[in-house]
Amino acid sequence: MVGMSVITLDDLSVANITTLLNKARYIDTHRREVAHTCDGRVLATLFYEPSTRTRLSFETAMLRLGGQVIGFAGAQLASVTKGESISDTLKTVSNYVDVVAIRHPKEGAALVAAEAASVPVINAGDGGHMHPTQTLADLATLQSRFGRVNDLTIGLCGDLTFGRTVHSLIETLCRFGNVRFILISPKELRTPQYVLNRINATPSCSYEEVSDLTSVIGDLDALYMTRVQKERFFNEDDYLRLRDTYILDEAKLALAKPDMAVLHPLPRVNEIAKDVDNDPRAAYFEQVKNGMLMRMALESSVLGDTLPGFDAFENKEVAA
Amino acid sequence: MEVTSIQDGIIIDHVPAGTALKVLEYLSINPASTKLALIMNTDSHRYGTKDIIKIEDPDTAIDLDVLGLVARSATVDVIHGGRIVDKMTPTLPERVVNVITCVNPRCVTTTEPGIDQVFYLDRTDGEAYRCRYCDEEAEF
Repeated sequence: MVGMSVITLDDLSVANITTLLNKARYIDTHRREVAHTCDGRVLATLFYEPSTRTRLSFETAMLRLGGQVIGFAGAQLASVTKGESISDTLKTVSNYVDVVAIRHPKEGAALVAAEAASVPVINAGDGGHMHPTQTLADLATLQSRFGRVNDLTIGLCGDLTFGRTVHSLIETLCRFGNVRFILISPKELRTPQYVLNRINATPSCSYEEVSDLTSVIGDLDALYMTRVQKERFFNEDDYLRLRDTYILDEAKLALAKPDMAVLHPLPRVNEIAKDVDNDPRAAYFEQVKNGMLMRMALESSVLGDTLPGFDAFENKEVAA
Repeated sequence: MEVTSIQDGIIIDHVPAGTALKVLEYLSINPASTKLALIMNTDSHRYGTKDIIKIEDPDTAIDLDVLGLVARSATVDVIHGGRIVDKMTPTLPERVVNVITCVNPRCVTTTEPGIDQVFYLDRTDGEAYRCRYCDEEAEF
């Protein structure tokens, strides 16, 4: 992975992703050992649109590895207001830093950045297109809860039409195989055909489309919640009728397995009731932590900086 | 309907009915300055209806990649001295540069200066061309 840019998860092999999952797990339990992994390195966070959570996660990841951070948030602060192209900005910034994380409202902006830059570029979200490190956070959360990312029944609930995180997660899990997807959504917000085709093309994976969460929640190992947004509906009556169906509360959770994990890409609005937060099955804040750990794993990997003690840890794991 | 044969030039046959003018545009052949005949919506054994383009000009060169992109069913006959001397069929190019433009208003190609319009052939669900940057399907 050394020197690589990560624009979509297709840039990473299953073996790469597995290594990142192992590194994240190692980092979590060896914070002190890895604290100087990226000493002397500088990360640029180029955020052309605001995203506090993602930016802080990328920046904290580098700081916790011993590196430093420069960057901007909000295009109004940047030379883009003077009309500079993404390519020119990246050619300039490449001279200052060792790795770049970019978020941009335009789809494909991260690829343009990667082609212009002479250092690795990590896509921190390009419009509604790709957000690979969110999916890495999702995978790390499944891994930490179940010790695996396959042989699972995973429910995805809410807006399955427009949710890029859902599509990316399904496509990546298909690469690992052996996943049964339960796709829970109103008929207006069903999973697009191309995503279903991806599941169909994976012999070890299957799916079922349902509209009622309570009827299937008891079968699930993990439930990935997304927000049903009002503006996605043609009329308000449909929205009001369906809205509450897809709100997860303690009453619905009582029907679920005792070790089911509830995931959500955050921020949530009202799709998960606050009383669920204290339930041990709530994994969405843990997902945030996993996001940071995966970004630490990714940043150190593309820089080629070895995590002290990781090789011995991984060899021991393999031997065990 | 009959159109006299050509002596030296090319015949693009089996063009999807009604698309001949668009095909000329993509092939950068200017109908205002080229000696050509268009036969549109004529009968076809294979497709029901089709268009035919006959160009009387021995120097006309056809970009088969571009033809494959806009009229994948088309065939090309090269004519010399009133006889067919070569037959060609277009193939679907894996990659197309600066022929079509991305229609997605959220695509980076709409704002980034000096960037090529690149499309790739996606075979995962049939055969579609998608923008290399935003993955939006091309529209012709």
